[in-house]
Amino acid sequence: MSKATIQRRPLVKKLLGGADDNLLVIAGLGSSNWDITNAGDRPLNMPLWGAMGATVSMGLGLALAQPAKRVLVITGDGDMLMGMGSLATVAAQQPENLAIVVLDNGKFGETGNQATHTSPRNNGPTDSGAGTDLALIAKGCGIADSAIVRSDSEIAQLVKDARSKPGPVFRVVKVMVEKLEFVMPPQDGAHLKDRFRQALLGHS
Amino acid sequence: MTDWRDDIFAVLQDHDIKQVYHVPDAGHSRLIEACQKSNSIRTLALTTEEEGLGLAAGAWLGGQRSVLLMQSSGVGNTINLMGLTKTLRFPFLTLITMRGDYGEFNSWQYPMGQGTPKVLEAMGVLLYSVDTASEVKATVDAAARTAFNGGQAVAVLLRQKLIGIKTFGKK
Repeated sequence: MSKATIQRRPLVKKLLGGADDNLLVIAGLGSSNWDITNAGDRPLNMPLWGAMGATVSMGLGLALAQPAKRVLVITGDGDMLMGMGSLATVAAQQPENLAIVVLDNGKFGETGNQATHTSPRNNGPTDSGAGTDLALIAKGCGIADSAIVRSDSEIAQLVKDARSKPGPVFRVVKVMVEKLEFVMPPQDGAHLKDRFRQALLGHS
Repeated sequence: MTDWRDDIFAVLQDHDIKQVYHVPDAGHSRLIEACQKSNSIRTLALTTEEEGLGLAAGAWLGGQRSVLLMQSSGVGNTINLMGLTKTLRFPFLTLITMRGDYGEFNSWQYPMGQGTPKVLEAMGVLLYSVDTASEVKATVDAAARTAFNGGQAVAVLLRQKLIGIKTFGKK
């Protein structure tokens, strides 16, 4: 498999370009959180600082509660691996307004870039994974519209699919391993929740 | 007197619960079926109980109330994510059918059954306990008020004395 060439930060900026009140975003802990914040912190972003494995579940609960809004979950391969069962739960509900984008660099970025299961097998003593294909898993769970994105030329279509294609939409984007600046949103969870509800519902 | 499981369903409707999460469970089966047949409630089967915490947080972000139905054996699966109720400070209600609690036949149920109140308390979840059918309705109603009016994480333990002892045909 050729090395990933897509850079996560410019990609996430495009995914969130022109975001208005109809776009609700939940980002998994670690790099995805910093990525959406780098694109511009906003009240209708829910960046997680913990709750590993629960990002997709949270997106599903929100999507079912707000069927008229678009819900976009952006998370990493490590978080997705921990919550794989939630893909079957999404498939059982088939929410049309939910898109899930997994930024897959094959690494646990926050703990020192150890290999995740999506890294290739036989990749040396410390960097080997299992070659796990999360798009195939999502498809097997019953999310028919699941695919892998590998090249910059596919990004425009990815953005369209993530923002407006009837869902559930599941995309794995193979991204580079990069050392990037931390761009942090507020950390207080109650504050993040209250500002989200205030912006969405008009009360906290 | 109505069946206590029907009493719970009525309380969930009174409190405008819109999403109900469950892992299949004999103790909750009648309630789950009532929720599945309801037009006002979305009922979700989970692959593991911990999904219920993410879902409940997401539902609350979107302005909807939810409840997680589980067995005591599922409580252990939720513990790290139970912390979300503290970090986000959102109302959370769970109704737990107890196993390994009172005359249990299956020894494998005892460790988590006996640990359930302690680990929930350790995570700051308020505990209400019911062992007679006549108290179910008032207790679940109070728990829902504590959760959704008082902003707390609350678990109602439906004790094995209430549910009945599963025997697998053994006396």
